[in-house]
Amino acid sequence: MPITPSKIKELEIKANQIRQSIIEMLLKAGSGHTAGPLGMADVFTTLYFHTLKHNPEKPDWPERDRLVLSNGHIAPVLYATMAHAGYFAVSELKTLRQFGTRLQGHPHREYLPMLETSSGPLGCGLSQAVGMALADRMDHGRETERRIYCLTSDGEHDEGNTWEAIMLAGKEKLNNLVSVVDRNNIQIDGYTEDVMPLEPFANKYISFNWHVIEIDGNDIGEIARAFDEAKTIFEKPTVIIAHTVPGKGVAEFERKYEWHGKAPNRKEANLALKELRTLGGKIRSEHE
Amino acid sequence: MIPLSQKLNPKVFDKDVEQIPIRKGFGEGLLAAGERNERVVGLCADLTESTQMHLFKEKFPNRFIEMGVAEQNLVTVASGMATMGKIPFVSSYAMFSPGRCWEQIRTTIVYNDVPVKIIGSHAGVSVGPDGGTHQAIEDIALMRVLPNMIVISPCDAIEAKKATLAVAQTKNPTYIRLVREKTPVITTEETPFEIGKARVYFEPIAGKPDVAIIATGALVFKALVAAKELEKEKIGVTVINLSTIKPLDEKTLLQAAKSAGAVVTVEEHQIAGGMGGAVAEFLAGIHPVPMEFIGIRDKFGQSGAPDELLEHYGMGVSHIKAAVLKVLKRKK
Repeated sequence: MPITPSKIKELEIKANQIRQSIIEMLLKAGSGHTAGPLGMADVFTTLYFHTLKHNPEKPDWPERDRLVLSNGHIAPVLYATMAHAGYFAVSELKTLRQFGTRLQGHPHREYLPMLETSSGPLGCGLSQAVGMALADRMDHGRETERRIYCLTSDGEHDEGNTWEAIMLAGKEKLNNLVSVVDRNNIQIDGYTEDVMPLEPFANKYISFNWHVIEIDGNDIGEIARAFDEAKTIFEKPTVIIAHTVPGKGVAEFERKYEWHGKAPNRKEANLALKELRTLGGKIRSEHE
Repeated sequence: MIPLSQKLNPKVFDKDVEQIPIRKGFGEGLLAAGERNERVVGLCADLTESTQMHLFKEKFPNRFIEMGVAEQNLVTVASGMATMGKIPFVSSYAMFSPGRCWEQIRTTIVYNDVPVKIIGSHAGVSVGPDGGTHQAIEDIALMRVLPNMIVISPCDAIEAKKATLAVAQTKNPTYIRLVREKTPVITTEETPFEIGKARVYFEPIAGKPDVAIIATGALVFKALVAAKELEKEKIGVTVINLSTIKPLDEKTLLQAAKSAGAVVTVEEHQIAGGMGGAVAEFLAGIHPVPMEFIGIRDKFGQSGAPDELLEHYGMGVSHIKAAVLKVLKRKK
């Protein structure tokens, strides 16, 4: 069902709450990644609250779609979205990265079995998603309704393993596979085009026989419509190149690669939360 | 003498003992495992016939994935398939998988705890003429260091077949090490096999053993030949086939160390981090005895004939015998 304007507003409010949770959990943890999780909050919100076939009360429901987070370092947005979706209490988010927590610095399925995979070392998630898509097709054929969603980063396209997966998915015409690339143009050592250029990025995927959709990854309407379009593609896997603003929602963090791998201190977090709350109020007032 | 209980090949010491490549047992085992369980799938990195996965591929083309020369993708795709309920067997040369894709195995298979079965063929210097690039002599170390991993190194083709069938039924990540060359058939269909169980394949005619030789893989045969020759020299030897390197059969190893008071380990692998190291780590903490290690001493392999290389790197029958005599001198 196409996404409605009122649903888009509802999701924008949800994404704003998730961003606030991300700031609060990173502040408490004292370490972790800030820019990526904020940038991807709209994609995660759209997946968990609109697109994904899943059941938070029954995480191992066999009929569910699968969501593989390849770049595990953006775990805060995964955890925050899952908590807001009802997988576990929002209060548990404050245990992030602490001893004994289920919310490990990078996702570990042994601690939180409702995760589809453990991840962190880059370049592996797409292959795992390809494996899931192959297994699903073996069982249900090419007409399968199930979708395997993989969330990857642009930086991890430096890894050869990623391209091995892209090649295989194209060969196998995995129409049940949808990969989202967080195209935020930053990685630890700087801007992606300085560290290791990826452009012409879309053309690379096209030449590997993928269907490519480029979107504004912070526009929930565009995100939802891209996932809908992917469902209509029968002969190819789909990649959604989601151009996101790293640090989205907090002016101080936006587009700065320095914020890739660090957490805000108390003062920075307070400013960020204030800004996000103001933004949330604005979306609400427009909504009403 | 060979204990009757193990039902070993009665012709094992004959000159015309039947020789079959160990990898062939894997190929037959995978086919049989595939027939018994439709969740078994096969993935190979462009070495399908060489690793003997072609038997499975021909029978179950829809359950086989040709990966191309891409070992990192091989194991990570298998990880994804396993999370969907499949039991993937992935095969390549041991030098490439697990050699090239160790971190992928660690994170997506072992840390992720999924039942992927990694088959490393062409292990050891006995690969021969291909040379050192293709001779995996580090793979046992790479795999046994991973928590919860099962590591099996069968002594012949029949044991490889049994091991393949057995691991298809467990939930653990598993590594099976195979060698390329034709290898004397030591066991029979009736020889007992169980994951995690070491077996005594040779024991003194009477009385306590003077030494226990603990061997794994194709070199179990050379250990048996050495034991037979030592028997003539009135040295009582126990030979243990330690086909499961992880988890260790601690009970059998402890019993052997206590009874013999001296141990020689035999493997076609670097001594550092190998099977002998695993045995030493265990015995050092509970019942230390003098030990000698047969294996490769911090070197790479090179081109040559398999037996020529085994001799050159100190893994021949004469080396095993010399190690036995040496360890006996160290016994108090």
